[in-house]
Amino acid sequence: MLFTTSRFIFFLLGVILIYQLLPQKFRWIWLLISSYIFYCFSGIKHLIYITVTSFSTYLASIMLDRIQKEQASYLKENKESLSREERKAYKAAMKSRQRRWLVLCMLLNFGILAVLKYTDFMIANINGILGAAGSKRQLAFMNFVLPLGISFYTFQTMGYLIDVYREKYPAEKNPFKLALFTSFFPQLIQGPINRFDELKESLFAGRKLTINNVSFGTQRILWGFFKKLVIADRLLVAVSTIIHNTDEYQGVYVLVGMFFYAITLYADFTGGIDIAIGVAEIFGIPFRENFERPFFSKSIAEYWRRWHMSLSSWFRDYMFYPISVSKPMLDLSKFCRKHVGDWLGKRIPIYLASIIVWFTTGIWHGAAWNFVVWGLLNCLVILVSQECTPLYEKFHNRLKVGNSFWYRMFQVLRTFWLMSFLRTLDCYQNVGLTFRMYSTIFTRFNLMELFRGGLMKLGLTRYDYIVLVPAVCLLLLVSLTGRKGSVRKQLSAKPVMVRYLVYFAIFLAVLILGAYGVGYDSSQFIYSRF
Amino acid sequence: MKVKRIMSKLKFLMHKKFLANLAAVSIALLIIILLQSLLMPKYVTAIPEGNLVREYYDEVKKHDLIFIGDCEVFSNFSPVTLWEKYGITSYIRGSAQQLVWQSYYLLKETLTYEKPKVVVFNVLALKYNEPQKEAYNRLTLDGMKLSPIKLEAVKASKMEDESFISYVFPILRYHSRWSELTAEDFKYIFKRDTVSHNGFLMRVDVKPVTTVPEGRKLADYQFGENSYAYLDKITKLCKDNGIELILIKSPSIYPYWYKEWDEQMVAYAEKNNLRYINFLDLTDEIGIDYSTDTYDAGLHLNLSGAEKLSDYFGRILKDEYGLEDHRNDEEYRQIWEKKVDFYYAMKEDQYRELKEYGYLKSYGAASPDN
Repeated sequence: MLFTTSRFIFFLLGVILIYQLLPQKFRWIWLLISSYIFYCFSGIKHLIYITVTSFSTYLASIMLDRIQKEQASYLKENKESLSREERKAYKAAMKSRQRRWLVLCMLLNFGILAVLKYTDFMIANINGILGAAGSKRQLAFMNFVLPLGISFYTFQTMGYLIDVYREKYPAEKNPFKLALFTSFFPQLIQGPINRFDELKESLFAGRKLTINNVSFGTQRILWGFFKKLVIADRLLVAVSTIIHNTDEYQGVYVLVGMFFYAITLYADFTGGIDIAIGVAEIFGIPFRENFERPFFSKSIAEYWRRWHMSLSSWFRDYMFYPISVSKPMLDLSKFCRKHVGDWLGKRIPIYLASIIVWFTTGIWHGAAWNFVVWGLLNCLVILVSQECTPLYEKFHNRLKVGNSFWYRMFQVLRTFWLMSFLRTLDCYQNVGLTFRMYSTIFTRFNLMELFRGGLMKLGLTRYDYIVLVPAVCLLLLVSLTGRKGSVRKQLSAKPVMVRYLVYFAIFLAVLILGAYGVGYDSSQFIYSRF
Repeated sequence: MKVKRIMSKLKFLMHKKFLANLAAVSIALLIIILLQSLLMPKYVTAIPEGNLVREYYDEVKKHDLIFIGDCEVFSNFSPVTLWEKYGITSYIRGSAQQLVWQSYYLLKETLTYEKPKVVVFNVLALKYNEPQKEAYNRLTLDGMKLSPIKLEAVKASKMEDESFISYVFPILRYHSRWSELTAEDFKYIFKRDTVSHNGFLMRVDVKPVTTVPEGRKLADYQFGENSYAYLDKITKLCKDNGIELILIKSPSIYPYWYKEWDEQMVAYAEKNNLRYINFLDLTDEIGIDYSTDTYDAGLHLNLSGAEKLSDYFGRILKDEYGLEDHRNDEEYRQIWEKKVDFYYAMKEDQYRELKEYGYLKSYGAASPDN
């Protein structure tokens, strides 16, 4: 069920109404039932996967909790009798027991994700190798259908399990509460990937709806609709035209495609997240923010701290840090320092951890080499710019440009275009084609075509541009205003007439200018594919 | 005491903030309603058949005869002729490619307003067992007043990719027309001109039949279950209300009416004790001349053809069904005099346009240059 359909709106109204009518203690149960109903709309048979993830995580977390408690009570009881070594050995044995449960559960859940998401990718590669080796044998594709939100809920629940393993908080005792954390419907389509400790209190509290929450939540949903329907779905037509007609649209059109895709993806993804956060906000459940004006970043590393923050922080907390401080990595570091010197020895483990994380980030986004190359290129750019930082600083100091407005502007634009180049790997069919299209930017000079009606051939009419230009300007304005703090809070300080007029204008813009209904291809959220 | 308590409970209604909110919501709703009116197609000069269903609601609902069906009723029968020649009061609840279930729901709705003595249903629509095209659905359903019957009609008619809610709030369907608005959309925002004569869409132009069609061989001539199910419902609805149902096949020669279809209708009529008239077999008796009586080479009759057919059918209705002659009834006369005047004024205007432009510019006809 797409967020931007009337079916979802009616579903949400029904959920809200019944939620409010129910006694407080039953409300979280209703949210769980609603989430499963929501999930059923994507295919009833997919329920099995999310249920397996919920319950396997529950069992594993309870086992971890039990072992931790057993350990605590044993150590307490034998405080006097155990020597330091014995305590250490006991703790290590218990940790190993815990690790077994953790690994088992992670293998099961990441295994489900890997099999469903990557089997056909693997088969395609094996077939490619077989073909190259001259074999006529080809393996048949499995064509698994990916359950809704599997990449998101798997990461979210595994994050929970790792936190329990790390004793960040105790395991949830009620399996149904954990099932709600896994399946809470606003986060299913494209996240954000939430943390249990941030959500548990409000998620299970069954708080009464308040005027503030409903009003703030609705505003956020409305803004999400605006981004998705007025901007993203309209602009996607032009992006599709460019990337699916590569013989015709080369040179400057590739740059136009990059620019349009950057706006489309931003409006689509942040719009979807706005809707998700807004829906949760209505129930008084604060989701974590997923973006912090990423297009104002001055470097790729900063961009990744501000774009899809819930995923980046997941990789940082549950993958990058553990890999960096893992025993094999520390051993490698030691080995490298000894054999290749301190400078390189220190860096090799970090580079390796970064490559692993970025490879995984790439493959998480999609089972295709495009995404792998995209991830690794991001890694390369980040590592190179990290190494070049002293050089940049020297340059800034010498020219005294480091803090000037124009230099900062240059950095922002440089990052925007660099990211747009990298992001293009999402678009074209394969890596080879993407690089071929890159090359046409430098070999085919057709800038003037744009001004001779080229922009009108991309599937957009004059009226579409009339809508898009002010809508994107508004998006930019809201982002700029957001630097001074929450835009909604700033707006709520304005006179009531101004507020109502703004809300109503956005509502009308969505209603009239939204790219929905007959004549428009109602698009899935781009990130829901990942 | 009780009144006082209630008054104190309702005190919040007089609260300034509440009143301000109420005013804001009312203004917002009003703007949305206005926008919806503006954005909906007006169907006055182009595709006037889009207005047929809607116009019924402006009518004084006192008709002895109701037609239901597709373009073969709204183009081929003239209620004014039936009035002028026989004093029969009739209305055509027809629409473009009206499907059997739409005819059923339109009849069901009509019966909530009035109870005619005879209902005439054109059977061509039985060839469609499922919804065909969104555009045709819209031409029939958008004009219906919002009611449970309309919702049932939408449910039965909507195609898989159509959204139900957009029939309740048409702005969700027509929102993107903002870039196509014309002067006509602003002119008819509150009130549209009447385009039909009791559901009859007049055309005086002529395009003769040049070839008589041969029916393409079909794999299956059997009408579908869904079509029959709704025909049964129409039959039952009429029987339950004591209304005579007449099944007809209008004398349009396109789309081709197969012998096998005709046989099914004969059998159905016999089984259900109904009258079935295939006017295609009676064209000589009626006096239809396909070189002068059609405006699109046999698909629809023009005014001349419609008047001949109505005259012929009127006699049957009067002699065999005893439909009353209301011409001497002052109340009816007052209503129908205006209709007759409008009818002849339009007829005259159409001849004027034909002479001036060579085609019916303001009456939904395509320019011959197109």
